[in-house]
Amino acid sequence: MNRIQEKLQENKKLLSIYFTAGYPTIEDTAPIIEALENNGVDMVEIGLPFSDPLADGPTIQASSTQALKNGMTTHKLFEQLEGIREKISIPLIIMGYFNPVLQYGVENFCKKCQEIGIDGLILPDLPLAEYQEHYQAIFEKHGVAIIFLITPQTSDARIRELDAASTGFIYMVSRASVTGSQKGFGEEQTNYFNRIAAMELKNPQIIGFGINNKETFQTATRRAKGAIIGSAFIKMITEQGIAGIPRFVKSIR
Amino acid sequence: MYNVNEKGYYGKFGGAYIPEMLYPNVEELRQNYLKIMAETAFQKEFQQLLKEYVGRPTPLYFAKRFSEKYKTKIYLKREDLCHTGAHKVNNTIGQILMAKRLGKNRIIAETGAGQHGVATATVCALMGLECIVYMGAIDIERQAPNVARMKMLGATVVPATSGSKTLKDATNEAIRDWINNPTNTHYIIGSVVGPHPYPDMVARFQSVISEEIKTQLQEKENRDAPDYVVACVGGGSNAAGAYYHYLDNPDVGIIAVEAAGKGVDSGESAATSALGKPGIIHGSKTLLMQTADGQITEPHSISAGLDYPGVGPMHAHLYASGRGEFISVTDAAAMQAGLQLCKLEGIIPAIETSHALAIFETRKFKSEAIVVINLSGRGDKDLSTYIDYFNL
Repeated sequence: MNRIQEKLQENKKLLSIYFTAGYPTIEDTAPIIEALENNGVDMVEIGLPFSDPLADGPTIQASSTQALKNGMTTHKLFEQLEGIREKISIPLIIMGYFNPVLQYGVENFCKKCQEIGIDGLILPDLPLAEYQEHYQAIFEKHGVAIIFLITPQTSDARIRELDAASTGFIYMVSRASVTGSQKGFGEEQTNYFNRIAAMELKNPQIIGFGINNKETFQTATRRAKGAIIGSAFIKMITEQGIAGIPRFVKSIR
Repeated sequence: MYNVNEKGYYGKFGGAYIPEMLYPNVEELRQNYLKIMAETAFQKEFQQLLKEYVGRPTPLYFAKRFSEKYKTKIYLKREDLCHTGAHKVNNTIGQILMAKRLGKNRIIAETGAGQHGVATATVCALMGLECIVYMGAIDIERQAPNVARMKMLGATVVPATSGSKTLKDATNEAIRDWINNPTNTHYIIGSVVGPHPYPDMVARFQSVISEEIKTQLQEKENRDAPDYVVACVGGGSNAAGAYYHYLDNPDVGIIAVEAAGKGVDSGESAATSALGKPGIIHGSKTLLMQTADGQITEPHSISAGLDYPGVGPMHAHLYASGRGEFISVTDAAAMQAGLQLCKLEGIIPAIETSHALAIFETRKFKSEAIVVINLSGRGDKDLSTYIDYFNL
């Protein structure tokens, strides 16, 4: 059983944090992960910055642009994560767009994840069919989990396929939106959360997009196993830096 | 062999590398586009609009003085005479009819030079649909007349202020809009780029160009195929249309002209075939200008329509397979060629098209060769660039 699966079996609602590697400064990657674990965060999505983040709103776009300006690269990220498992025991997931992974080489990338102790990948623009045809064997060989996204518009039949292929959890995108939505949750979300809960999927579900405070975290985790906060965390760290992490985490639960 | 396969690939290029948020929309389109295009009623409406609204067929004009200068037989396919001033409208007419049949009432588009934006705003006005056009902030400055035209046609023009503030970034913003509006919106992509089925659908709508060339050349030369078809390539929609019916005819040389900007090795270029490697941009695996780390790099071209770091997957395949001959032309050479066409033929071409016209300085053809250049657009929109460049 890997770290993600172990964590998912804990009898609690999980708080997961997304942040952009190399932001606000290039050296912040590992210290942010440490501070998150020390303050009781259950899981971390490490954002591999990309020049053209299609599914991201202004906050994550800006942090990605700054991280790249700071000199962040795939090699640099792996260098920074070298030895991270001496200090960190919570699941670590790399989330990013597919092109940087493709250029690094999917096999090399997965191998490196295995060496370092990265538990899984979320690659929103890697389609299911491509994954199954070309990359699934590589992920399995190196024990790297793959986590697929679903949205309120995803059909039941496709949700079943994505569930079958996912090997950690299902990433439930809360609404049709890029990241950083501040619209809150309404009836559409409630219906969607209930619909998915009733499907009794193989994988637990963790909800992301639009989680930005205690209220949205609680609504999201009423039916799902956990929730992911990204843009709201990046906004906080832009203003307060790493020192703001304890208070931020407390404000969520 | 050079067309898309059932999985959405041209050789090893193409596919649909999109986030799940876009999957329902793109899948709906993929399942329906060929069916809808094959409907008799669709074809009737499409053909009628091309004829009576766009003004097709566009002439295939024998450029006598231009031919004399370069000692070969040069024909110009006059897409510049289309309503709105470029070939772009062939595709927007097709896609607006597609959008209506899919029940969409809100249209979004990206634009570089503004020609696709104008063509989209035009068909939205024609059909009474809401239109939002994303355009790079830099392009809004250098293509001011087209911005005004879009506004007059009732479109909302939204500046893209991220990245290089040009076509790539406008496309990113349009894709984000589509993610945010997944049910009522159709995205009219303006080139043979984006996730499958867009490259194929746009190529089919533009294929009317080579369909007409075949008939017109038959009348003029008693043969339906030229020795060469030449077109400029940014994303590559005018080129795809001009090549389409000749792709599988090995007797027709296919020449693609890319923007070298200030020179292929200057660091300010948009010559994708020379500088690109396979990668993913805007949902498609294609040749892409990028760093070793997979970050997309900022292109440069004096022409907004060619200022794009990728190229349609069909063209990437034409390049990789050797079927197409790729030539790159600098800003300076293109500007001179544009001015020369004005003087020799009385036609002011778009700066995009001027790149295709420039190859004759270096690429020589036999005197009996028949060369068709797709004159993709007219230069009205580029007047301020021409004025500044030549101190007119």
